[in-house]
Amino acid sequence: MFPRPIEKSTPAVRTAYQAFLPFALVLWLLPLLAIFLTSIRSAADINSGNVFGWPSEFAIIENYTAVFTQSAAAQYMWNSVLITVPTVIISVALACLAGYALAIYRFRVALPLFFLFVAGNFIPFQILMVPVRDMSVQTGLYDTIAGQFLFHAAFQTGFCTLFMRNFIKALPFDLVESARIEGVAEWKIFWYVVLPLVRPAIAALAVLIFTFVWNDFFWANVLTQGETAKPITAGVRALNGQFVNNWHLVSAASLLAAIPPVACFFLMQRHFIAGLTLGAVK
Amino acid sequence: MTDAVNVPSAKPSWLKRNKLAVAPWIFLIPALIFFAIYVVFPIFESLWLSLYEWNGLYDVDGNSTAVWVGFDNYVKLWDDPNFWVSLRNNIAWLILYMLAVPLGLFIALFLNQTVTGMRFYKSMFFFPFVISQVVVGLIFGWFYNPDFGVVGTIWKAIFCEETVNIVGNVAFSCSRPAPDILSSPEWATYGIIAAGLWPQIAYCMILYLTGLNNVAADQIEAARLDGAKGWKMLWYVVVPQLKPATFIAVVVTVIGALRSFDMIAIMTQGGPFGSTNVLSHYMYEVAISEYGERYGYGSSVATVLFGIMLFFISYFLWRMYQDERGGR
Repeated sequence: MFPRPIEKSTPAVRTAYQAFLPFALVLWLLPLLAIFLTSIRSAADINSGNVFGWPSEFAIIENYTAVFTQSAAAQYMWNSVLITVPTVIISVALACLAGYALAIYRFRVALPLFFLFVAGNFIPFQILMVPVRDMSVQTGLYDTIAGQFLFHAAFQTGFCTLFMRNFIKALPFDLVESARIEGVAEWKIFWYVVLPLVRPAIAALAVLIFTFVWNDFFWANVLTQGETAKPITAGVRALNGQFVNNWHLVSAASLLAAIPPVACFFLMQRHFIAGLTLGAVK
Repeated sequence: MTDAVNVPSAKPSWLKRNKLAVAPWIFLIPALIFFAIYVVFPIFESLWLSLYEWNGLYDVDGNSTAVWVGFDNYVKLWDDPNFWVSLRNNIAWLILYMLAVPLGLFIALFLNQTVTGMRFYKSMFFFPFVISQVVVGLIFGWFYNPDFGVVGTIWKAIFCEETVNIVGNVAFSCSRPAPDILSSPEWATYGIIAAGLWPQIAYCMILYLTGLNNVAADQIEAARLDGAKGWKMLWYVVVPQLKPATFIAVVVTVIGALRSFDMIAIMTQGGPFGSTNVLSHYMYEVAISEYGERYGYGSSVATVLFGIMLFFISYFLWRMYQDERGGR
């Protein structure tokens, strides 16, 4: 293990390390703590300039309800859910199929196709922006929920396929081989042999894609204009304009926007990290 | 690889005989169609559109009003100072964003212990990556505020004296005025990059923590017996073993640097005076601006950004290809 385990050091070093940890954490999360403190301050504190000291009173409930009553935050949140959930389902489903095809069958274009998905996953969004926006306007998908989740699902399919293909490739091929010898149909091999084994990958992808899409801001701006289809990320920016100088409300709204991915991360931490770090070890 | 299934049948149909050639396409088709419509074709459409001038409108018959201008957009781009500022900022992002890789490694080394509560600390250090860049941008926009943000408050504590005038109003007299980072054309970009580093360091950290978990313990022990420790151990024994983690950290950092859009849109919208623009934001600004859409010109900016990215993508794919050939 590197660095040398702290248990092997002197007690003094060990205590110092353990004392330093919380301090380092507070320093690291200082911006976040500061904004959290702001979000529970009263308007009076903000106006009198008490933004860094201890709040004179706690207005946590007032502030967070104000966000919902004075703005369309609830609508934005719901829109985010409506965009994110179908994206996760579609992209993961498509990627299971495509990843299976690219990992199990050996055909000439398997690798080029795989690289196509990988490359598509890395390209800048801007190269897609004008055509996708134009296409959405033409098909009536502009400023709709469906217009957003269809695009996200297609785009995230690239990443999901990369992930799934590598995951399935690492499974023992004998399983498929012996099923074939038994005469099991190809789609049954997929459904009964491979799919149960890729459950961890599905879980990892689901949390990752949920977070990626929930946090999307660029496409929310490109594909929506009104309140009806805007997700919370774009909504928070709109609130930022609406609540000028009401920093306590802006802070509360931003933290609300962050809650679902954060909750998702803490609930599914193992899968989340396994997904992000796939390939970080050999 | 086995051939067709050993089912005795007098005359298997074409489909049965070619099962293994047809099946992958059936599994692939939904993803391919979707991906082609939304990703592959639009890339070519954008490249093509960059040779046109178009405001995004259609005439009554439904025909696009785009006008062919050849390479005019690129000529204009060459003479566009905003383009060069954006490109320069992109390079600044690329270089400075790379700091996330070593910094992430150091935090990972710091946290790679097994004291009680370590899991909690690790996930809390990772926290900034999970929240949206929009929120990070808002947090830092406020953090940097010279009047009531954290930077301003700390500055006041160090450089300012609080004075109370006769009426009882509190004022500050400062030996040096608090810096307004995001309004300064020289510093704003660095302020945004610093904010962007925060989640990116967290990402690199988690990659390295996973990598460190898998460093071969026997090699470390052997090196220790040989007297290696500290920096030497890190550089010659540990870092080489972290190569896969480093590769991914570099890939995601390069992509992240070139994709930076959210933070800029939230914190400065490219300002002051376009000094914080990067290609991704500048493209958005020219393509969908309040002065009317300029799809052609925007596409030419996007094409340049795509070209830069393609350079990196090719390298990544080449590396992956080497792995594929070597691996199996």
